[in-house]
Amino acid sequence: MTAFVIRRLLQSIIVMLAVSLVAFVVFRYVGDPIESMVGQDMRLADREAMRDRLGLNDPFYVQFATFVGNAVQGNFGISYRLQEPVTRLIMERLPATIELAVASALIALIFGVFFGVYTALKPKSPITATVMTLSLAGVSLPTFLIGIGLIYIFAVELGWLPSFGRGTTVMVGGWRTGLLTESGLRSLILPAITLSLFQLTLIMRLVRAEMLEVLRADYIRFARARGLTDRAINFGHALKNTLVPVITITGLQLGSVIAFAIVTETVFQWPGVGSLFIQSVQVVDVPVMAAYLMFIAFVFVVINLIVDILYYTVDPRLRVGTGKR
Amino acid sequence: MRKLLLTASMLAIAASALPASAETLRWARGADALTLDPHSQNEGTTHTFAHHIYETLVDRDTEGTLTPRLATEWALKDGDDTTWVFTLREGVTFHDGAEFTAEDVVFSLDRARSERSNMRQLHADVESVTAVDDYTVEVKMNGPSPLYPNNLTNTFMMDKTWSEENDVVEVQDYAGGEDNYAVRNTNGTGPYKLVSREVGVRSVLEVNADHWGDAPAVTEIIYTPIADPATRIAALLSGEVDFVQDVPVQDIGRLSETDGISVTNGPENRIIYFGYKMSEEPLTSSDVTDVNPISNPLVREAMALAVDRDAIKEVVMRGNSLPAGVAMPPFVNGWTEELDAYPAPDIERARELMAEAGYENGFTITLDTPNNRYVNDEAISQAVVGMLGQIGIRATLASRPVAQHSPLITSGETEFYLLGWGVPTFDSAYIFNDLIHTKEGNYGAYNPSGYSNTELDEKIQSLGTQTDLEARDATIAEIWAQVQEDRVLLPIHNQLLSYAMQSKFNVEVHPENQPSMADVTISE
Repeated sequence: MTAFVIRRLLQSIIVMLAVSLVAFVVFRYVGDPIESMVGQDMRLADREAMRDRLGLNDPFYVQFATFVGNAVQGNFGISYRLQEPVTRLIMERLPATIELAVASALIALIFGVFFGVYTALKPKSPITATVMTLSLAGVSLPTFLIGIGLIYIFAVELGWLPSFGRGTTVMVGGWRTGLLTESGLRSLILPAITLSLFQLTLIMRLVRAEMLEVLRADYIRFARARGLTDRAINFGHALKNTLVPVITITGLQLGSVIAFAIVTETVFQWPGVGSLFIQSVQVVDVPVMAAYLMFIAFVFVVINLIVDILYYTVDPRLRVGTGKR
Repeated sequence: MRKLLLTASMLAIAASALPASAETLRWARGADALTLDPHSQNEGTTHTFAHHIYETLVDRDTEGTLTPRLATEWALKDGDDTTWVFTLREGVTFHDGAEFTAEDVVFSLDRARSERSNMRQLHADVESVTAVDDYTVEVKMNGPSPLYPNNLTNTFMMDKTWSEENDVVEVQDYAGGEDNYAVRNTNGTGPYKLVSREVGVRSVLEVNADHWGDAPAVTEIIYTPIADPATRIAALLSGEVDFVQDVPVQDIGRLSETDGISVTNGPENRIIYFGYKMSEEPLTSSDVTDVNPISNPLVREAMALAVDRDAIKEVVMRGNSLPAGVAMPPFVNGWTEELDAYPAPDIERARELMAEAGYENGFTITLDTPNNRYVNDEAISQAVVGMLGQIGIRATLASRPVAQHSPLITSGETEFYLLGWGVPTFDSAYIFNDLIHTKEGNYGAYNPSGYSNTELDEKIQSLGTQTDLEARDATIAEIWAQVQEDRVLLPIHNQLLSYAMQSKFNVEVHPENQPSMADVTISE
């Protein structure tokens, strides 16, 4: 097991290098960073000098090598836009993104499994019909539209919830959290729902399909014949057997939630890494973009690793042949 | 939220014994200040924020005229037209209590023109800065620079001692990787002090009770960047912010009809225009391969007649623009009503001109446009593509973010493009230097047209050193006459700015889009 984990972590380094290499090839097509760093009256000669100083005239592989060389020493450079160390910028914003991602993943998982089981068990109920129709909207409406819609209903018309930001935050041991204040929790509701909606409907439909499949299986019929309670059958046997694909999807989606919180963070002015990234792309802030992409690659590798480990615990069959003695 | 703010402001009153009429203004705009270091970025949002904490020697009011700030008087030295003498305001202190004197001005101007400063271009003609006494500073120029004070409206004054103590004598070095204290910390002389700042989230400023000026009505500013326009407007409608600076044009009409919200309008110092290659070598993006069709004056005239500026104003800008006949905002020295008169569109005549030029079947060309820089920039270009189509010019639109668009212009790769030009010095020379003068050396950086007129270039260069202002204005008029005759630029309109706010506040539109919260009035 340990060897497996170590091997995976080593693989992750290769993945991250590959991601940043691709990133550096692409960066030259994003635009000219100098453009947003200087005023319109900066002379061309001064611009050229600045470009030289920042190494932007070097071929991409030289820029890449410099970046990797510094990154190995833990130095991701200074943001062109905000003039602060990139590591600090990302670390300051990471708690916001993680709190949002975890909150929305929890919402998606809890409600997704609940509705998935319900709609599978009661396929003819009018509630099922309603939920299924609404879930169509969940998968097909773009995130920014849902976000703006929720803002207009709950912030502008009803005035119940704040329309932007993270509310009041407190520092707990270097982690800036919004979970401990009332305004922080209230601010979390709308973005978390917006971000979770797609995953929620995805998990719900997945659980439903798997459940319907499993409920037709022989062992369920035999369980019923044995006179087990509905509860034991539905949750003890049926649901447990649907979990492998659900864990895979939820795990991968958590990665996407962190990586693609960009839109939700922008709509709600959520001060996370996603909105930092999108602002950096607009002004071609190469150091931030490179560090962010490496970070996201790392997140995906780690999540995949955790998902693989979870398989072993959920499905005993997979434990065979892992080299235990 | 409301309750919380109320408690917060009550606490503030208890803590610092502010006047009883403590007023908080919650200010939202599209972006945050990039840095608090006053000399490292020459960028509007950053300057606007800095103006509340730091101060400049001279200022520009909402009319666009220069007004005294930390300098009470400025004049050319007697018998020496290359030296400017600034008399400083006495009794001004920095937020840490240090006194503001001439040595701080010398330090700040030297810092602003140091190699890593992005303000240095504005001080390129300065040879040396010296303190004559505690309240007099002399700035020696390379040559006569009659308009140098115009360049000082965004150059902020820092405290020399504070800067030395905190090791910020130098401006932030991007390449070096050092973290600079001045990026996050301030010590200015301005009407507000920085209380707290979370970059990109929220900055809180409180009134500086020791400021030399009149006490502002707004005693606390909470500044929150909100990038998404729909969210920004929603926050105003839900009462979570008091003042929105960047209002999308499509929301202006609705907001001004909303109870409790008021909208102020005014022209911005920014002209939107089209430029094109004018030299004779054939265009790479055109099907006319022997010669550049636009080098023919008849074609340029036809293009000017094909563009319907009023239609762009009504349809694309929803009424929020000031159509222009000259590529110069109305505040700028040299502007006249005659120059700014624009022709009524005349498609018939334009088609005749095209036929006369030998292009009755028209030609193709690529139009480069930015899509995230100016108000509805891409939509303006789309409209113009349609209008030119009516006279047979089949333009293909190439739309890019500004980070990719601008290099096309500075490198001269574009053949037909949209650009906006702000004139921070409020003088025509600023336009001529970069847009009209032949592209060479320090001139013509944004002139990819290939237009080159030696006689005109000489006149443009003479403006830099001409101290007889009357003669200078006459030269400016001559240059504009030639530029208009040759149709070097195809002006469309000046952008209008709109601010939206809760009705009890009144924020006037500033032509440089740099409103000061210290000037905001409050009605009960």
